[in-house]
Amino acid sequence: MNNMQNFTKGFFKENAVFVLLLGMCPTLGVTSSAINGLGMGLATTFVLIMSNLVISLVSTMIPDKVKIPSFIVIIASFVTIVDLVMAGYVPALHEQLGVFIPLIVVNCVVLGRAEAFASKNKLVPSIIDGAGMGLGFSMALTMLGAVREFFGTGKVFDFPIFKENYGMLVFVLAPGAFLALGYLIAIINRLRKA
Amino acid sequence: MAGKKESTFINMVLVLFIITLVASAALGGLYELTKEPIAKAKLNKKLKAIEEVVPAFDNNPSEEMYEVAMPSGDKLEFYPATMGGKLVGTAVKTFTTNGFSGYVWVMVGFKPDGTVNNYSVLEHKETPGLGTKMADWFKPVDPTKVKLSLVEKLGKLVGIKPAATKGGAEGDKKSIVGKNPGTINFTVSKDGGDIDAITAATISSRAFLDAVQTAYNEYMKKNNNKEISHVGTHSSATSKQATNSNKEGGKS
Amino acid sequence: MEYIIIIISAIFVNNVVLAQFLGICPFLGVSKKVSTAVGMTGAVTFVMILATIVTYLIQKYVLDAFGIGFMQTITFILVIASLVQLVEIILKKVSPALYQALGVFLPLITTNCAILGVAIMTIQKDYNLLEAVVFSGASAIGFGLALVLFAGLREHLDLVDLPKGIKGTPAALIVAGLLAMAFMGFSGIV
Repeated sequence: MNNMQNFTKGFFKENAVFVLLLGMCPTLGVTSSAINGLGMGLATTFVLIMSNLVISLVSTMIPDKVKIPSFIVIIASFVTIVDLVMAGYVPALHEQLGVFIPLIVVNCVVLGRAEAFASKNKLVPSIIDGAGMGLGFSMALTMLGAVREFFGTGKVFDFPIFKENYGMLVFVLAPGAFLALGYLIAIINRLRKA
Repeated sequence: MAGKKESTFINMVLVLFIITLVASAALGGLYELTKEPIAKAKLNKKLKAIEEVVPAFDNNPSEEMYEVAMPSGDKLEFYPATMGGKLVGTAVKTFTTNGFSGYVWVMVGFKPDGTVNNYSVLEHKETPGLGTKMADWFKPVDPTKVKLSLVEKLGKLVGIKPAATKGGAEGDKKSIVGKNPGTINFTVSKDGGDIDAITAATISSRAFLDAVQTAYNEYMKKNNNKEISHVGTHSSATSKQATNSNKEGGKS
Repeated sequence: MEYIIIIISAIFVNNVVLAQFLGICPFLGVSKKVSTAVGMTGAVTFVMILATIVTYLIQKYVLDAFGIGFMQTITFILVIASLVQLVEIILKKVSPALYQALGVFLPLITTNCAILGVAIMTIQKDYNLLEAVVFSGASAIGFGLALVLFAGLREHLDLVDLPKGIKGTPAALIVAGLLAMAFMGFSGIV
């Protein structure tokens, strides 16, 4: 597999959200608007790239039996870094994403890539894999956020498309997350089979 | 590179120990670095809210802050703003528990006579999408600043006029800015008050007005003002007075 | 009275799964049969209460005491991971019957974000120890309620003739959306 394929697989063939159905909690929890989805996606991307980078470097030095705990510590460190930096420099977004930032640590996408890819591959492919997966995840979250924001409030990225009064509020609320994701996956399934 | 390490007890403990050590050292360092920006960001939020709700001032309201404990054990915070030593307004960090879910925290600014200068919603757990409307609903609408949506812009191109934004008298019934809770009935119109509730969010609106009223009551108590006597009464006489005293309102 | 509010709020109004979106992975993953859903609920309840107590004590007596609150994420996830291992080992020795019932679900729990999420929320909400226990227990019951209800719905969903694209996960998500809508009816009661 060349680097290009390695990078793009995260967007379509192995998209974490739409195809692998991983990382569902943040996907549903923070996508009430496109900007929140993008913010969460990028935070996760950072953690993915950095943890893939470090793990591909040190994995040969870690005995098998403590592999998972070691990976968890490494991932949790980067999550904490993201948490602290966001609290300091983008407090508004940090508040919006709330408990889902520390929860990046249990996002199956991150640990999954560390275990399945980074621990078996060299530095460069691991970074590319992390970037591809992370940006694919960001794309999915932004898409879902945009759909929900559009139907719920008539805006996309805060840009008004139609009047807010005509929005279907349910899309910004909890049920809308499930409904919007359900229909999005249905559409993507249909497209992939066609 | 060296081959795979054996899973002996010493190896395992050593590796885990080193990883944890490096991680905590790195995080400790970063924590020291970000401590200041985080504290600043928190403070800024409050300062920004204070600046937003009171007229221009030249003192440091946080230094002159005083608190009043409420029966529930929570505290109202008062931030007096002065200009050249003269009190121009007071920002009050107030709250209510009457909301849809949990606390609603509001920073509301009063002019010295108790008229609401402006407000800023700090924190709430109301229904997203509805509760968030609190942030702007109770402020006066400036028809010149309303952003047209894309559909309306397209409609304009083909000659359909966008619906006029409610300004003037009708728009003003939503607003609390420039009104005095002592003379105007700060409850939603459904309860016989003088303020229009947010569409489909009466409970959140009631809660919001309750928070403002609490702040006003305590503010007036602190400033020994006699007007406090008729706070919360629902007589029509008070609403009539209100119309007169409401300079910025379009009704008089 | 306070405890009743915490319980009702955690089970119905702010249901962990349907309103807070925590623990979605097991919610979608092990909800194909009611019996597995019940087993998962048992395991989650057990670990969630235990983990909340332990993390609560660590937060109060280690992290807060030494002013190293920034280590929260690392510490909590490690505590949960080792707790799950410990529970597995002890259960195997002490009660093989219970281990038979819950064993397969235990390894899945480490990455169940409901556990870590509830542990963190307990700290954020500033509960005392008893409130923390009540809150975590109620959250686990809420998780179980949503999971078992959903599993019941999904068992029937398999029998329905649906368009190809929507069959499987999309249909499950849409049903979950309807369930979440039903739970929204509880909002405002506390």
